[in-house]
Amino acid sequence: MLRDVPLAEDLTQEALVAALEHWPRDGVPERPGAWLMATAKRRALDQLRRGKMLSRKHQMIAQELEQREQTMPDPDLDDDIGDEMLRLIFTACHPRLSREARAALALRMICGLTTPEIARAFLVPEATIAQRITRAKRSLSESGLAYEPPRSPELPQRLSSVLEVIYLIFNEGYTAARGDDWLRPQLCNEALRLGRALAAIMSQEAEVHGLLALMELNASRQSARIDDAGDPILLADQDRNRWDRLQIRRGLQALARAYALNGAGGFYALQAAIIACHARAAAYADTDWQLIASLYGHLVALAPSPVIELNRAVAVGMAEGPAAALVIVDRLRGEAALKSYHLLPSVRGDLLQKLGRCEEARAEFETAAALTANRRERELLNRRAGAAAKMT
Amino acid sequence: MRVMYLVKSNHPGPPTPELGEAMQKLAEREVKAGRMLDNGGLMPISTGAQVRIADDKLSLIDGPFIEAKEVVGGFAIFELRDKEEAIAMATEFMQLHKDLMPGWYGTCEIRFFATPPHNH
Repeated sequence: MLRDVPLAEDLTQEALVAALEHWPRDGVPERPGAWLMATAKRRALDQLRRGKMLSRKHQMIAQELEQREQTMPDPDLDDDIGDEMLRLIFTACHPRLSREARAALALRMICGLTTPEIARAFLVPEATIAQRITRAKRSLSESGLAYEPPRSPELPQRLSSVLEVIYLIFNEGYTAARGDDWLRPQLCNEALRLGRALAAIMSQEAEVHGLLALMELNASRQSARIDDAGDPILLADQDRNRWDRLQIRRGLQALARAYALNGAGGFYALQAAIIACHARAAAYADTDWQLIASLYGHLVALAPSPVIELNRAVAVGMAEGPAAALVIVDRLRGEAALKSYHLLPSVRGDLLQKLGRCEEARAEFETAAALTANRRERELLNRRAGAAAKMT
Repeated sequence: MRVMYLVKSNHPGPPTPELGEAMQKLAEREVKAGRMLDNGGLMPISTGAQVRIADDKLSLIDGPFIEAKEVVGGFAIFELRDKEEAIAMATEFMQLHKDLMPGWYGTCEIRFFATPPHNH
């Protein structure tokens, strides 16, 4: 929870206004995004009001903020949010900063989250986040970077740095378990908001729509993918009635936009297209595994990775049968990167069992069980090993 | 949290050009800010129809309709952080009506979705 000192620091030192002032002098915009600051301050006020912790000190800070807010212009409908937002995003997500620093800075400066909130959301100590933000700001100001969106030659690299950060924020929230601090899943919404904003502003960039599609489609399954005990529910077992139709529609629209901009082969668009195959299938049995396998083929060609190749093997197994998939999986067995990756023996065990090679399957399930750090997954794999042993 | 705004009124006539333009700008801003997911205006009740159940009987009513006190004329779906943000949005929207279409009256109803897609 917020405590007096860090909160006070956050509101006085970390305010967006201050951050902007400390940036390269000639980089400070003429119109310092009044709406963004209003948002950040409203968030701060909300924090103060919400938490039933209105000590006198807090009230004083709130009053001070409210007084200052009155002197701050309200967001004007004529303001061009686009330019201001774009400058902020591209500065906060500058490739010279580490991924973690970019994520923290973006959440702080664009989404208006406080430092303690960001720390809770990322499950790291507050001091770590505070340090990341301070260092990032210093690094930006020392480098004398222009506070403006990149020009065309450097755009692809700068944009990919932005997209990477948004996706990192999204995934932090997406992997949160039920029962975690509510701020963790909230990260999904922050990332979606950033993605939607970016798609509205940079409407001609295919991968922006690709990433938005990927996030919308993944988020559409959010309430169906974890059971009441907090355990993950496999795609095959999810209640598809609980998928969010509005979000699926938006995801498919974003994907269509990426395609229309010739972006079908993009890194994010390909992943979104794979999820879209699931989103379009009314039941698990309706899944177009052939298409998924082919999309994974394109993805692995674009971004070679044994993990993606393993995913492709699973899809091939569903589309063409276990024998074809086993050929791919066996090629992966020498991969150093997968040496302690429990899903490799787990997938291989599943394929072997389907092929009736139960003794080998049992051994693979046991290997997988020994490799996984997740207790429930280990229990499941041990059960499968036991079942395979009985069939021999 | 996801919220639906239902704008209800039985004030006759279309919005003034000034109001129309301002609402358009507001919508653009909210799309750019990543908050508005969907919106739309609805045709008058007389152009639609109603399928009803009363006393266990199903019936189709294709007009004429009894004039309701306030009729839903439009909707919008937003993804917002909390109720306060939802109220602030509706207030801004209604303020535009007050400023740019004097004499207009109506309600902007704020309704939260029953099954929030995200677990908080």
